Formats: sequence, C-alpha cells, structure tokens
Amino acid sequence: MGMWLFLFTEVLLFGGLFVLYAVTLGRFPVEFHEASQLLSVPMGTTNTVVLITSSLFAVLAVTALQRGDRKKSELFIGLTIVLAACFLIIKYFEWTAKFHHGIYPGSPDIADWEPGKQAFFALYYAMTGLHGIHIVIGMAVLGWVWWLIRQEDCTPEYFVALENAGLYWHLVDLIWIFLFPLFYLIA
Amino acid sequence: MNDTKTEHHGPGYGLFVAIWGVLMVLTGVTVWISSVDLGFLNVMVALSVATTKALLVVMFFMHLKYENRTLKLMVLLAFVILAIFIGFTFFDTAYR
Repeated sequence: MGMWLFLFTEVLLFGGLFVLYAVTLGRFPVEFHEASQLLSVPMGTTNTVVLITSSLFAVLAVTALQRGDRKKSELFIGLTIVLAACFLIIKYFEWTAKFHHGIYPGSPDIADWEPGKQAFFALYYAMTGLHGIHIVIGMAVLGWVWWLIRQEDCTPEYFVALENAGLYWHLVDLIWIFLFPLFYLIA
Repeated sequence: MNDTKTEHHGPGYGLFVAIWGVLMVLTGVTVWISSVDLGFLNVMVALSVATTKALLVVMFFMHLKYENRTLKLMVLLAFVILAIFIGFTFFDTAYR
C-alpha cells in the first residue's frame, strides 16, 4: 500500500510535465511536428522494446521467487538490470548524436530557432532526463534486491522488497510507454 | 504488497510472456500508425494505444488484477485526479 502511495506521487510528478507538454503542443503544433522528426524512431522503438522486455523479466523474477526458485529469480533480476543498462547506453548514443548537431539545452545553435522547437527540446531533455534518473535509481534498487535474495533476506515467504522494486520498475516502464509516442511519433 | 498475499498471485510465466507479446504487437502498431497521416487523430490513436499498454502493465505486471478492491479504487482515484488536473488545465488555457 505504501509503495503504491509513493508511486502516485511519482505519477503526479510526471503528470505535471505531461500537462506542460500537452499545453505547449497545443500552442506550437507545427513546430512540435518538425522538431519530433529530428528524433530517431528506430532508436526510440528499440528502447521501448528493451524496456518492456526488462519489465517482463522483473515480473518473472517475482513469479520465480514465489515458486521458491531463487536461482532463476536472481537470473531474471540480472537480466532486468542488463536491459536497463542497454536502455541507458542507447539513450547515451541518442543524446550524443543530438549534441553533435548542436541540439542541447542552452546551445547557441538553437538559440535562433522558433520558440516552439526550442520548447520541444527543452521538454525532451527534461522529461527523458528525469526518466533516465529513474532508470538509474531503479537499477540500484534492483541490484540491492538481488543482493538481498543472495543473502536470503528476501525469501519466497517474505518478498516485499522484490515486489516493491518490481512495482517501481514497472512505473518507470509505464512512463516511457507515454514518453515514446509523445516525443518520437507525434509527427 | 505484503507476504500474506502470496496465494493470490496465481499466474505463471506463460501469462506474462503472452502479455509481453501483446505489448510488443501494440508497440509495432503505434509505430506503424504514426507513419500514416491522420492529422490530429494521430495524437488520439497514439495516446489510446499507450493507455492500453499502460493498462496491461498495471493490471498484469503490477499484479493489480490480483489485488483487493481498496487498492484498485485507490489507483482509479489517483488517475481520476490526474485526469481532472489535466482537464482543468485545458479549460484554463483554451479560454484565456
């Protein structure tokens, strides 16, 4: 229950940013359309697949532990963390490519673009950046739970830690499910 | 949420892999639809698909389907509040 309450606050945190996005989109539909075409759809799609798959492994880890299969649970958590790292690596290449084209917050190159396109990238960096921070935190929490299972502090009889880490991870996935179409596909 | 719920979580690996399959198909659909120009409808379609995917994740991956009614109502309430929040912001910005 407490975990869900925390997740609601997270939803509200991102909810505020989504509102900002929606209002800005309403004001600059054409500029958003042009700006979103600068993002790589293949990279965004790959990251969506990677993150949803990592969510699958997270839920399988819970199932495995419930069934008393500790080794399998550890393996699934490991796979979740590996896929999370893949997501960040892809994100890194994506951002680096953008930086090379002079698209980053405060860049002199975009200073004389239309305000709408600047707003798009400001929101893009703020929202995917905040999401990225959540990925890093999620990886740390999953790593911690993996260690708990090894120490047998998280067992088939008492697995709240794993369940809550899983819930957090699914929320991170959930947010990306909305970020992906809004930034990459609205074109 | 707590260890006493162990017996409520019945589903096996197969169900979750199937849900994952549906999520993958929906991802493909949303990418494909975005290449077709439907005007403003594109935004609606993209958001509908995303909401469907979100529902699947919440219901199955987050086990909400197997939780008690209180928690289900709480989650519903949280999203209703979010909808009010977003809706009223639009009333404000649309008529100023």
